[in-house]
Amino acid sequence: MIEIENLNAWFGENHVLKDVSLKVPANGSFGLVGESGSGKSTVLRTMTGLVDDWEGNMVVGGHELGRKRDKDFYRQVQMVFQDPFGSLHPRHTIDRILSEPVAVHGLGNSDARVIKVLEQVGLDNSFRFRYPHQLSGGQRQRVSIARALILEPRVLLLDEPTSALDVSIQAEVLNLLAALRRDLGLTYIMVSHDLAVVAHVCDDIAIMNHGRIVERATASQLAQGSLEHPYSQQLYKAAGGYDRAVIDSFVDWD
Amino acid sequence: MPRETLLSVKNLAISFTTSKGPVNAVRGVSFDLGRERLGIVGESGSGKSQTGRAILGLTAANGRISADKMQFHDVDLRNLSPRQWRKVRGARISMIMQDPKYSLNPVMTIGDQIIEAYREHHKVGTKEAIHRAIEMLEAVKIRDPQRVFKSYPHEVSGGMGQRVMIAMMLIPDPELLIADEPTSALDVTVQLQVMAILDDLVRERGMALIFISHDLHLVSSFCDRVLVMYQGHVVEEIRASDLDQAKHPYTQGLLNCLPKMDGNHDDLPVLQRQASWAEG
Repeated sequence: MIEIENLNAWFGENHVLKDVSLKVPANGSFGLVGESGSGKSTVLRTMTGLVDDWEGNMVVGGHELGRKRDKDFYRQVQMVFQDPFGSLHPRHTIDRILSEPVAVHGLGNSDARVIKVLEQVGLDNSFRFRYPHQLSGGQRQRVSIARALILEPRVLLLDEPTSALDVSIQAEVLNLLAALRRDLGLTYIMVSHDLAVVAHVCDDIAIMNHGRIVERATASQLAQGSLEHPYSQQLYKAAGGYDRAVIDSFVDWD
Repeated sequence: MPRETLLSVKNLAISFTTSKGPVNAVRGVSFDLGRERLGIVGESGSGKSQTGRAILGLTAANGRISADKMQFHDVDLRNLSPRQWRKVRGARISMIMQDPKYSLNPVMTIGDQIIEAYREHHKVGTKEAIHRAIEMLEAVKIRDPQRVFKSYPHEVSGGMGQRVMIAMMLIPDPELLIADEPTSALDVTVQLQVMAILDDLVRERGMALIFISHDLHLVSSFCDRVLVMYQGHVVEEIRASDLDQAKHPYTQGLLNCLPKMDGNHDDLPVLQRQASWAEG
């Protein structure tokens, strides 16, 4: 479904992605893990055309991506951002937020689509005419997911979709994402700094550091902790909680 | 074992008057704190941060605090005048906030901010204050303290900024440090490194620490004792080492809903909230 080969990207003089390659089969879910500045979000942003200066090959759903993305691309590929507080228009109702992509793509039948997508993300109809500030963080993230889903895309790019949420709400949203992938046959690329979240959601995982993929692993390899690169081992240990001896062994990867 | 009690809070309640009527953020919280590391854990809106802020007299103007007792050593924290608060804040009780980006003054160098904190409570000359500030930056393991001293907050990373905050809060040598989600804006490895620094300093100086966080796992691996809060109540108090024997369904639910790296892709258990938890 998605094939990226030797992707390089620059912010001015800064070389932020270095030979990133990845493949995601249809209905697969791929996880990108790394710390801030590792370039994990930049991979998603480059795919969606938010980064101008890039080189390499990207194929999504059989189409090679050029310099410009057409409308059809955005119908196929949608993104969910990290912060549900910053990504919904504060003065639009949920109904208007959800109908806008339908209007942009001229799909019509917006009423039925809004009702259907709200149901898919587990919000009842009473939410339809509320404003984002009347919703909790978890509910807002459900609206963000609904906005992406309303175009019936085949690929969802998830940029830290749960890191702004409480752990109990995170569990609900992760379950929702798993169910949607199962039911709608979606393909995911998920970006997160949380190794455990990615291990739970994704089949294949790549660990990034300074714009480079330093290690690839399957979910079961990750479960056994069989990682080779010292950076990924360090990330793995850090996920285990506060342990003084482990912390003293940390090395800076600057 | 007799333990010196530093802070004793009995039946603390905080309510806010809002346009939609009163909101009871904290309802009947009691705890005693010795020279130890106490964790307060809960979801957003559980009242954990408000509890911490009340101890420092930082409750917003529309909030009303009532308590049977709020005793910090010889000081009754319930009815202090602004002048009396200034003697307590910083010097004896100090607080580290979540995001260094918003808690440091953007137009003042880091060095000047640390010196300001120090000289507010100690009558010393500029030279001595600079010397102490640099020492403090070294104590929080900043590799190039001279450079950081002259930098502005936007020139340093998040982890560095939080170390600067710790340096600034600890330089007056308080007895009690309240850390409100001090590391949740940081990367995992940096987060642990910052906690290690906090841990060392708290031990060396014999301070008490209240560590407020939503991350039950992290808190329990770091603190001696944990209070679990739900809708303004403490639903469970437990020794961190006994966390796996937590009795309250809310505590168990919080622990179970974390994704684990065991290769299991099944649905995560979701917290089933019960109305009875919100009643003390």
